[in-house]
Amino acid sequence: MIIENSEVILSVRNLTADVDGNQILKGLNLEVKAGEIHAIMGPNGSGKSTFSKVLAGHPAYEVTGGEVIFQGQNLLEMEPEERAIAGIFLAFQYPIEIPGVSNLDFLRVAYNSRRKSQGLEEIDTFDFEDLIQEKLEIVKMNPSFLERSLNEGFSGGEKKRNEILQMALLEPKLGILDETDSGLDIDALKIVADGVNQLTSPENATILITHYQRLLNYIEPDFVHVMAEGRILTSGSKELALELEERGYDWVLEQEATEVAAR
Amino acid sequence: MTIQVSASTIPNPEELGLTAVPDRKDAYLTGLLTQCQAQDLQIIDPEIVALLSDVRDRASLWVNKLTIPTKRDEEWRFTDLSPLLQVNFQTPDKFDLPQSAVAAFILPEAPIRLVYVNGVYAPQLSAVADLPEGLVVSNLAGLPVTHRTKVGKYLAQQQGATEVFTALNTAGLTDAAVVWVSKNTVVETPIHLLFISTTGEVPVISQPRSLVVAEAGSKLSLIEHYVANVEGCPDIPVNHPYFTNQVTEIWVEENAQVNHTRNQREAGEAFHIGKSAIAQARNSRYTCNAISLGAKLSRHTLEVFQTGEGTETTLNGLTIIGGEQLADTHSAIALNHPNGITNQLHKCIVDDRAHAVFNGKVFVPQAAQLTNAGQLNRNLLLSPKARVDTKPQLEITADNVKCSHGATVSQLDAEEVFYLQSRGLNEADARNLLIEAFVAEIVNRIPVASLRQRLARCAACRTS
Repeated sequence: MIIENSEVILSVRNLTADVDGNQILKGLNLEVKAGEIHAIMGPNGSGKSTFSKVLAGHPAYEVTGGEVIFQGQNLLEMEPEERAIAGIFLAFQYPIEIPGVSNLDFLRVAYNSRRKSQGLEEIDTFDFEDLIQEKLEIVKMNPSFLERSLNEGFSGGEKKRNEILQMALLEPKLGILDETDSGLDIDALKIVADGVNQLTSPENATILITHYQRLLNYIEPDFVHVMAEGRILTSGSKELALELEERGYDWVLEQEATEVAAR
Repeated sequence: MTIQVSASTIPNPEELGLTAVPDRKDAYLTGLLTQCQAQDLQIIDPEIVALLSDVRDRASLWVNKLTIPTKRDEEWRFTDLSPLLQVNFQTPDKFDLPQSAVAAFILPEAPIRLVYVNGVYAPQLSAVADLPEGLVVSNLAGLPVTHRTKVGKYLAQQQGATEVFTALNTAGLTDAAVVWVSKNTVVETPIHLLFISTTGEVPVISQPRSLVVAEAGSKLSLIEHYVANVEGCPDIPVNHPYFTNQVTEIWVEENAQVNHTRNQREAGEAFHIGKSAIAQARNSRYTCNAISLGAKLSRHTLEVFQTGEGTETTLNGLTIIGGEQLADTHSAIALNHPNGITNQLHKCIVDDRAHAVFNGKVFVPQAAQLTNAGQLNRNLLLSPKARVDTKPQLEITADNVKCSHGATVSQLDAEEVFYLQSRGLNEADARNLLIEAFVAEIVNRIPVASLRQRLARCAACRTS
């Protein structure tokens, strides 16, 4: 929801970033305020996923210019775990499988890392199990998943639900969902979207990175941005997504080319 | 009655026409042999004395024809034994340890135990009273009359007996830790075989020997444990070398099940050369959980011989080494009958300048149709100077089988570390959690909770 004069959570100015010496982000600007849901769409290779990784602090991506301010702090100076603790959460496009680490233990360790940094006492196993039971309902997940190794042998849909479960537990200020809809059948998509909708509030914000309009039928964005060539080319309301669905991305790229030529 | 020693297991070299092969006169090996042969036989039963004399003599003939292996021997290509040759080992004087010395090693889940100190039976430290019916846990001298007549069928009768260190152990054979489970007996608690070495000014050689017989339809869990009587953490070198050259023979008869956990925690300056030889009869199941954390130089040779069809063999291995340690595992599964299932997962974590060696052979001859064999060796290198030599070796001539193998050598996966960091764990915690998980996959297969906890703690301490 768009709220008048709400707090700016994320401010990205003229961000440029390289991976393996290739420039991927080429001057990206974005402002996200509390309560808002932003969808970033764009063709493959436009830099959408790179942007999400840069926000989360992936070491393979080198920021070469610009700034990212998260709730008044310079995000680019923070380690990935400091960003997580400050309230950034990235739901991975391909969640990592870690055999030997039980999902339950992992969730408790992650939750307690956050509590420790807030000066709170670590939560014990029993209280944590009560807490996690509540959160499981948000993504309609079977408790048996808690006993299994983290993401190991999970289906695509189960992995994505597990990401949203983590988000529910860690209650981030800014949730970034990287292609969360990819590889999901319609039932799983509805469950995931329903989970995300339950977690949005006037205090937090969400960035949805997606290739298709389909997800936006279930999670309604306040803004839609079209990304290509490492920048946001155009922004609009949710109707823009419908137009993209109908007309593809080419007209946005052509419009941009015309504008550049006219300058 | 005389006990027949089967000619096939320790053949007399002369019967093989090897009279022409001169004795090699490996001075170092001969020195060890002389030391070990001088050990007193503490047995009076004439049948057993006769049995021991016979196998000792045969093994001695072999030792005289053999030499300490060098890196030119294929089986020892990556393991340089020259540090061993620089130490002059002696057989130990009798050494009494107080009860308090074993307290740290006792496993509450395994109340029945045999304790050996420097290879010599320590009855006052052992706990073998009130054994359930159908179970014998004893040193060789204490074997009940009923079993004395049968022991010759098993003791020193496994294949592979002419390998030099096995032969050296047999040449000095004076006793064995015996675990014997009668037909259809299920032993509820694990049996603990605890071998303690003492360290001191004089470097000692001890040659523990174990014999495990699981008769048809029986079920047994065994913990074989090598430790040192040192203050504090045994991994911290105290500059007192010693040498353990041990052999364990396990017979898993028809439909029997043996779960064997082998925990090698020798002191940091120790040399440890171990052999586990297992014979698996029809429809039997054998599982080995072999953990190697200790010793400056260690070698575990694990050989499984299939003697009937439909066997199941599971080999789990975990080596965690650092500093200048070298740990070598050579396993071989020799199938020879149809419908066998084998699964092997061997993992190594190597830090500092340590060196891990793995060679895993699986033989699937024509007779072993419908075998299902899987082998995986995963290695985690924690330092740029750490080294692993790995060689999966499947030799398959049967045509209707399912066999797979693989080996990986890697550092911690940066994507996994990042994933955990993105959930709020700092880099050190993320790395530790991943190592813990790598360890847990093996350690969690050990059926004794207190041992799992100890190993997990040691692993965390060693790798953080």
